[in-house]
Amino acid sequence: MTGILRRVGLMFGLPIVLLAAWWFASANSVDFFFPPLSKILESLVDEWFGPRLAADVVPSVLRLLAGYLLAVVLAVSLGVLIGTSRTVRGVLEPVLEFFRAIPPPVLVPIFMLFLGIGDGMKIVVIAFGCMWPILLNTVEGVRAVDSVLSDTARTYGITDSARLRKLVLPAASPQIFAGLRQGLSVAIILMVISELFAASNGLGFAVVQAQRSFAIAETWAGMLMLGLLGFLLAVLFRIVENRQLAWYHGLRRAQRSS
Amino acid sequence: MLDVRGIKKVYESRDRTVEAVRDLTFTLQAGELACLVGPSGCGKTTLLKIMSGLLDPTSGEVLLEGKRVQGPPPGMAVVFQEYGRSLFPWMTVRENVELPLKQKKLPATRRSELVEESLAAVGLAEAHGAYPWQLSGGMQQRVAIARAVAYEPHVLLMDEPFAAVDAQTRADLEDLIRDLWHKFQVTTLFVTHDIDEAVYLGQRVLILSNSPTVIRDDLAIDLPDQRDQLTTRSSPRFAELRARVYEQIHRVKPAVDKESVAPAGVG
Repeated sequence: MTGILRRVGLMFGLPIVLLAAWWFASANSVDFFFPPLSKILESLVDEWFGPRLAADVVPSVLRLLAGYLLAVVLAVSLGVLIGTSRTVRGVLEPVLEFFRAIPPPVLVPIFMLFLGIGDGMKIVVIAFGCMWPILLNTVEGVRAVDSVLSDTARTYGITDSARLRKLVLPAASPQIFAGLRQGLSVAIILMVISELFAASNGLGFAVVQAQRSFAIAETWAGMLMLGLLGFLLAVLFRIVENRQLAWYHGLRRAQRSS
Repeated sequence: MLDVRGIKKVYESRDRTVEAVRDLTFTLQAGELACLVGPSGCGKTTLLKIMSGLLDPTSGEVLLEGKRVQGPPPGMAVVFQEYGRSLFPWMTVRENVELPLKQKKLPATRRSELVEESLAAVGLAEAHGAYPWQLSGGMQQRVAIARAVAYEPHVLLMDEPFAAVDAQTRADLEDLIRDLWHKFQVTTLFVTHDIDEAVYLGQRVLILSNSPTVIRDDLAIDLPDQRDQLTTRSSPRFAELRARVYEQIHRVKPAVDKESVAPAGVG
């Protein structure tokens, strides 16, 4: 019980201290650009958890999830293919390196030309940007499947789709999850960026809109909202990862202690 | 049952060729327990990979029940030396043993029977739900053996399965192999570099030369069928047989240091 209290204390201690410092430092602020934290929190609750939740936050999150899922499906399937076949790897690698080198934000104007300015464009931008870490990690994970494990599977007739489901994907899953985690943070960044150029709703759009109309407290609150969203997604990700990779963490602990 | 005919394996790379196995011919009778013993780096693993269909020979052929082996044959199970890398760490002990049976499309009730029976036979009836990495090395190798036995193979190949476990565990596992062989009557080929182990386990010991490998001798082991770590190993006949195998293996010292020219993975 005291162990749990200690952990909760360690986890929330610093954020509480920081918030308290901000609160008191800004309490009597009359600077137009640095409103008191009380004003910002007021705006966070009234605006961002009020009408803007359905109008801006939810559409953003839906586009984020759509783009991310698209990237996961594409990158993992392509990664398995590239990791398994030397020929495919040889053919695709230079092209992929080129695409990977392009910073995704510059693609927004180009994608707008043929995808318009709707949700489709934003989803594609998010997917395009966050698929690279997932793809590269999947390739590495698939290539590193243990040779003895692979021989074992072959001698027991575990081939083709069973090999993929029972051997390749689980064996690569620690690497794939590392890629998924990096991909998620890229996806959040691109979600905001894709909404800066041409949008009629969304978190990125609303923050810029607030800033341009000198709704300073709301701008600050939008930043807090983005931080909270990122934090929430990271926690959810961690929960899924811990469940899926329980075997891996156990294996690592066993190897360390022996 | 298992015919190995004129197997030759040459590894070729850009600047050199290494002849790992020169010419191997032998036959395993159904129900036999034979040991294949040879010095380290003599191409035992190469031979085993060829027999199990994981590697193509340069020339020669392997026949299992009259059919040429091209790719891993369905009636064969292999137990590898590296138990830690041969069990699926994301599966429980039970799932590991059951996976090949699912692949064989056996009905669930039959799978269950086989899993229970084989895990009980290796003394792990209580470990169904554990993950391999929660078990000791010896127990992990027991799981790998249970998985092989549950597969109901016609031939069981074992590649130095006890090379990486401690001496006491090793003795227990050797007795386990004899017990399982009596119980299930599976044709077994046990590959080892340990002369004592080969003589203690086998009905027959095939002695390999240094690389490039040929069969140097094929020795019948006329020890009593009931073997015991203490009495069998201290019997005069055991010592004689052991000495004979030892002489064969050490008859010709290698002219050059084989270790330095053998390619990786030929061990």
